[in-house]
Amino acid sequence: MVVNCEHVWQEISNYLEGEVSPELRAAMEAHFRECRHCTAVLDGTRNVMHLYADNRAIELPAGFSKRWQSRLAESMPRPRGTAYGWLVAIAAVALISGSFALARLDPSSPFALRSYHSQPGTGVPAGMMVQVSEDGKTFHVPGCRYLHKHENENVRLIAASEAIREGYVPCVRCLRQYLNR
Amino acid sequence: MLRRMTTVEKPPDAGDGREQALITRICNGESSLFAALVKPYERRVYVTALALLRNEADAQDVAQEAILKAFTHLRQFRGEARFSTWLIQITVNEARMRQRKQHAELFEPINDSPDDEGAYTPRDFADWREIPSEALERSELRALLTKALASLGQKYREVFLLRDVEHMSIEETARVLEISVASVKTRLLRARLMLRDILAPTLADGWFSRAPFGKGSKPW
Repeated sequence: MVVNCEHVWQEISNYLEGEVSPELRAAMEAHFRECRHCTAVLDGTRNVMHLYADNRAIELPAGFSKRWQSRLAESMPRPRGTAYGWLVAIAAVALISGSFALARLDPSSPFALRSYHSQPGTGVPAGMMVQVSEDGKTFHVPGCRYLHKHENENVRLIAASEAIREGYVPCVRCLRQYLNR
Repeated sequence: MLRRMTTVEKPPDAGDGREQALITRICNGESSLFAALVKPYERRVYVTALALLRNEADAQDVAQEAILKAFTHLRQFRGEARFSTWLIQITVNEARMRQRKQHAELFEPINDSPDDEGAYTPRDFADWREIPSEALERSELRALLTKALASLGQKYREVFLLRDVEHMSIEETARVLEISVASVKTRLLRARLMLRDILAPTLADGWFSRAPFGKGSKPW
């Protein structure tokens, strides 16, 4: 089998792919030994394929990876169990407890208070002077016998607003008149 | 739009098992794993878009669109082809849509002339010293290769890109481009010979033996 230049050019791609019959391959190789032009075409084509096959031939733009990943993240549904999810849960709990607190403060609330304990001191006049003990939890009208006090414990006389700010709650006995009913 | 693969042939791929497991987990709600699934192919997605659109900004945008689309439609992936082939097919479709849109705006038809069946005659017979891959470290050569590829007609660019740049098989290339295997072979031959002709005048002229910097000058 003898092949000419035109035939070689037609088959050069298949030759490089290893997709020619053994007979044609032998004929082409014989041709390459004789023909400098076809050898130049073969070598050049092989080199072109080799260069483009390299990952470095076409550069990936800087930051491309980061950009598609952030765009993807933006389009994704928020997964469960994330910090965001916990934030939503905490906000919901706060909202519910908040509405209960509001319900208790609202005089038109249909729910009667079951206990006077630990009520916020919102009804107590801010400037009213009250007594608190250092380790106690409640503030009292001066002289209230329910002021809890250890021996040697300091008792202070402060404004009700100050006591509230420090986290004390009104005594349900001596300050009963100021509490919500 | 997305088109289903028409073949049931499943090419062998060592990554298939791991990928299939990832895909199952993603479809079951672990969306955050999708980035890990796509990461090995991000380069191929970008290069595909770039080769078709010949513009870096459009290519980046289309590559991102393709990845998002693959995520949205992942449940439609049936494992009939490799995931990478499916992803590249989406990219090709997205890039073609972008081209149609751009050409419609310019009132220009996309060149879809039939294959030139006539034999291609190489124009340049100059021999060049083999350019080793290490030369790709030089941006000058990379720019030359990108420009040469961009100068090919689209149908030649597409087949060359998928087969020779992205190492797809001829059958996969045919499937992604929805053309026959014979067309892939014809276009591939032309693309390779044309690229060689385009590059020969520059590369044959002792390109690699030239110093990267002017004589006596220092780059620093």
